[in-house]
Amino acid sequence: MFDFLAPRLKGFVIRCGARPALAEEIVQDVMLTIWRKAALFDPHKAQASAWIYQIARNRHIDIVRKESRPVPDELGEDPGTEPDASQIIGLEQEAEQLKHAIAQLHPDQKEMIVKAYMGDLTHQEISSQTGLPLGTVKSRIRLGLGRLRKELKGLR
Amino acid sequence: MPAITHHIPDEMIVAYVSGSLPHAFSMVVASHLSYCRDCQASLGAHRAAGGALLETGEGVAVDAGLKSKVLAALDAPAVPEPVYEAKGIYPGPVIHSLKGRPPRWKTLGMGVKQDILFEDSEGSARLLFIPAGQAVPDHSHNGLELTLVLQGSFSDETGQFGVGDVEIGDENLEHTPVADAGDPCICLAATDAPLRFRAFMPRLLQPLFRI
Repeated sequence: MFDFLAPRLKGFVIRCGARPALAEEIVQDVMLTIWRKAALFDPHKAQASAWIYQIARNRHIDIVRKESRPVPDELGEDPGTEPDASQIIGLEQEAEQLKHAIAQLHPDQKEMIVKAYMGDLTHQEISSQTGLPLGTVKSRIRLGLGRLRKELKGLR
Repeated sequence: MPAITHHIPDEMIVAYVSGSLPHAFSMVVASHLSYCRDCQASLGAHRAAGGALLETGEGVAVDAGLKSKVLAALDAPAVPEPVYEAKGIYPGPVIHSLKGRPPRWKTLGMGVKQDILFEDSEGSARLLFIPAGQAVPDHSHNGLELTLVLQGSFSDETGQFGVGDVEIGDENLEHTPVADAGDPCICLAATDAPLRFRAFMPRLLQPLFRI
């Protein structure tokens, strides 16, 4: 895992604006966090890369701002919704489609999206139309959070 | 709890996820997310997009010694980070900022109180306590203001805001929020500029109260 992930993380952190020495430090911290917190990762709610993305951004910002980032409370799943494997497969499919959609973007559009997710644009500069098919990913994640799933049950 | 009807706009969730949102606003966004499944789903979707960019980007070779450094560090005992969970009416991000202590209210007059939680060059965040039926002085904004209800509710020209709802104010919003009947209204408010009060006296008092 280290050999696959560490260079990608380093490239990512440098694109987020870190100097190479700081990037090495962040990669080290993030790899440690991933190993230590692996048990907290829930594949029904997120893709591993999404989880790692947030850990990497949080670490970088904590170092730059010297202030630990506010993190939302976990919202538990609704009672009576038990996780199942199709949810994990569904999220994986959505993530593949998302990667495909990113690859298809016009270069200008892709540059804007890369900047937005690397923390290089203010909220005023981020257009609400990112051009990414997030609607389906959002539904899948909400499915993981329990509510939509209950609604679907009610429709049957 | 009634359904949340006033949410965080998508572009602000992207700014929060990616870390470009100033700290004071991030406190409000993280607090709203602590109530709202819809916005947590958006947060998850934007993290997935960030993850896809991380996976598909070009790699850069790491230092030859990094792997053994990480493995060695794994053997060292981890220092546990303090965990701040929701307590009473306050969501985790507010408890985090209070470091677990109760608010230290300072009187602003007319029963209105505040506790400034955070201030830096990009903005400030405060808790506001407004007794039922009391108006927050008529004001407009120089910049952006986010107000999240933690207890009770308030109403203004644009609608009613209950627990978990967030009002977004900018230069174009001139409003007079009034706390509704019932419990005192407690809000978490973040601004990136001092508020402009229309009445003469409160403006003179602004530097004193840092509103």
